[in-house]
Amino acid sequence: MFEILKRQEMANGTVVMNEINAPLIAKKAEPGQFVILKANETGERIPLTMADSNPQKGTITIIYQIVGKSTSIFKSLQVGETFQDIIGPLGQATHLENVGTVVCVGGGTGVAVVHPITRALKEKGNNVKAIIGARTKDLIILEDKMKTASHELFVCTDDGSYGHHGFVTDILKDILQKEDVKLVVGIGPVPMMNFLCKVTEEFKVKTLVSLNAIMVDGTGMCGCCRVSVGGKTKFACVDGPEFDGHEVDFKELSQRLQAYTKEEAIASDKYNCACKAS
Amino acid sequence: MTEKTRKKEKIPRQAMHEQEPDVRKRNFDEVPLGYSKELAMLEAERCLNCKKPVCVDGCPVSVDIPGFIRLIKEDKLTESIRLVWEKNSLPAVCGRVCPQEAQCEGLCILGKKGDPVAIGNLERFVADYERDHGAGELPPKAASTGKKVAIVGSGPSGLTVAGDLIAKGHEVTIFEAFHKPGGVLVYGIPEFRLPKEIVYSEVNFLERLGVNLQSNMVIGRTVSMEELFEEGFDAIYVGVGAGLPSFLNIPGENLIGIYSANEYLTRANLMKAYLFPEYDTPIAKGKNVAVFGAGNVAMDAARTAMRLGADNVRVIYRRSRDEMPARAAELHHAEEEGIEFYLLTAPTRFIGDEDGRITGMECLKMELGEPDASGRRRPVPIENSKFQLECDLAVIAVGAGANPLLTQSTKDIEINKWGYIIAEPETGKTTYKGVWAGGDIVSGQATVILAMGAGRMASISMHNYLTWGW
Repeated sequence: MFEILKRQEMANGTVVMNEINAPLIAKKAEPGQFVILKANETGERIPLTMADSNPQKGTITIIYQIVGKSTSIFKSLQVGETFQDIIGPLGQATHLENVGTVVCVGGGTGVAVVHPITRALKEKGNNVKAIIGARTKDLIILEDKMKTASHELFVCTDDGSYGHHGFVTDILKDILQKEDVKLVVGIGPVPMMNFLCKVTEEFKVKTLVSLNAIMVDGTGMCGCCRVSVGGKTKFACVDGPEFDGHEVDFKELSQRLQAYTKEEAIASDKYNCACKAS
Repeated sequence: MTEKTRKKEKIPRQAMHEQEPDVRKRNFDEVPLGYSKELAMLEAERCLNCKKPVCVDGCPVSVDIPGFIRLIKEDKLTESIRLVWEKNSLPAVCGRVCPQEAQCEGLCILGKKGDPVAIGNLERFVADYERDHGAGELPPKAASTGKKVAIVGSGPSGLTVAGDLIAKGHEVTIFEAFHKPGGVLVYGIPEFRLPKEIVYSEVNFLERLGVNLQSNMVIGRTVSMEELFEEGFDAIYVGVGAGLPSFLNIPGENLIGIYSANEYLTRANLMKAYLFPEYDTPIAKGKNVAVFGAGNVAMDAARTAMRLGADNVRVIYRRSRDEMPARAAELHHAEEEGIEFYLLTAPTRFIGDEDGRITGMECLKMELGEPDASGRRRPVPIENSKFQLECDLAVIAVGAGANPLLTQSTKDIEINKWGYIIAEPETGKTTYKGVWAGGDIVSGQATVILAMGAGRMASISMHNYLTWGW
């Protein structure tokens, strides 16, 4: 059992932060790695890249968007309540080194994942620029933390309600034109990562993306999370979750993420009805 | 032929009642319903109690087969299960999933002229009887040695080592990567063949004996092997299974609706996706299902798909019936349930729609040529034999390789070129001092009982080490 020690709702309650007691995982966790969480006996195994970890306190932090039944159940858990199972740390850690100027881009809840990487790249001595974006002002998360984690932060909203009116890639293009960027880390919704990689490809700048494929075990046993990278099949759980964005087949990834759309709708409807009834 | 033999032969082998195929193919309840005590005693009567029991030679863990059967005959069921436990800590499992026809029953003298004694059925009976009616008394345990053993993986070989070493007085902790113990017995073998309650009951038996079980522990990630030694473990057994799915490596394999058998069965069994939406994990329900491979895992996948409501399920295998590796009972049950077999057929590519979902596949007809490295005749494609099959769900059950998660993070363990751990054949000792390994991570994909046999061998060597040193 893994107790929730802190809980915070963000982005009008569409995103939730949990700080969870998991000392063994916290001791090993590195930026870029993920855990698999299962709320209760009948629950699904959900992979989430960690937003933070604190080995001294023995805690890990996850930040997730409510998208279906499983994340709705996660959201219902209060401080003092527990996740039945958490497994990790899983996946490869981000390869961190001093390369010069780097740009870290986060879209939506992807900001939560890009934050520890941004912070670590700054600690390594890189000149770190960060760009975060969301559909509208209220959905921007972790602005302050990203400001601290980078040397310069840009904020964008699709509707212009805050910061730059437009996409993260607009700002990214500007930076790439002006500066000698060695690495871009882009994490967010698949269409954003796809578009971002097209931009960086033009400038021939190495780009890391973190893929949120559907998983079951998370240890390379089932192959559910297979993604095509450079024409080869890789398992996001053990070979990733980070890959060279210029090699990723984003079309296949976004299709595979739709595998259970029908079932997810059934589960959500049933859950929401039951919640309203009680 | 002696008088005794003739009399025994008059009693026919007692069949176990089963759910009717048309009923069971749409439910997940266990197929064979078990022996009544009367039937078991009648079947036990058939055993000749041979002076040199060859059946025991066929048992990878050397259960005293005539001994436990004699005790059934004498209505001493508690004594009978105790005798089995001396050699086998998972009898309710083995009675159900061992390939008896290739082991104990394959060697039974009665089988030379007629049907062998139903050893597997009797083993299952006596284990089930104890579970349902027994007093729950525990077998004796040696005095504590003060030595600590870690077991990585709670599948059949790990559980065997745990049972053996706890009985010898060592302190035993099992680390399981999944959230529930049992390994392949829980994620792989379906409910209708091995009810999970039985596995949990066997695991619970070990816990009552004092085995400490820790789930959600990925050794090599959550905790390293080195750290286990630092924490004070004196010896480690690695029984993590094969755990790396093989794919066909043909075009279109990443279409939605194509599963590895590991994924398909894990969703259905461990995650209970057949109970969706009561359980949250979904699984694709195909109408036209293709399963590739012809081993026990393929039969499990095919029969699961049928139970999930398929119109037709086709097992597609590139060799012929004679080469099919599945246990006889599994093939028989699958055929009874209406699974079709497309033999001498090999897939060449999968076909999908614009959403990336599988809609069909292309296959080639094969014929058998010269024997290959496995000693089996090599399937060779027949020219111009290409044809297409409609298919909305495909499960690939063509075996598994070695999962590198633990070995990559443990430098001192040597592996062979296929990634399997190198272990001494007689002891299970690896190149890492204090570490033993056995089961599929050493042998490659095999059976539950062979993994248990490897565990038995290692547990003897581990006990020697803990008593006298490396």
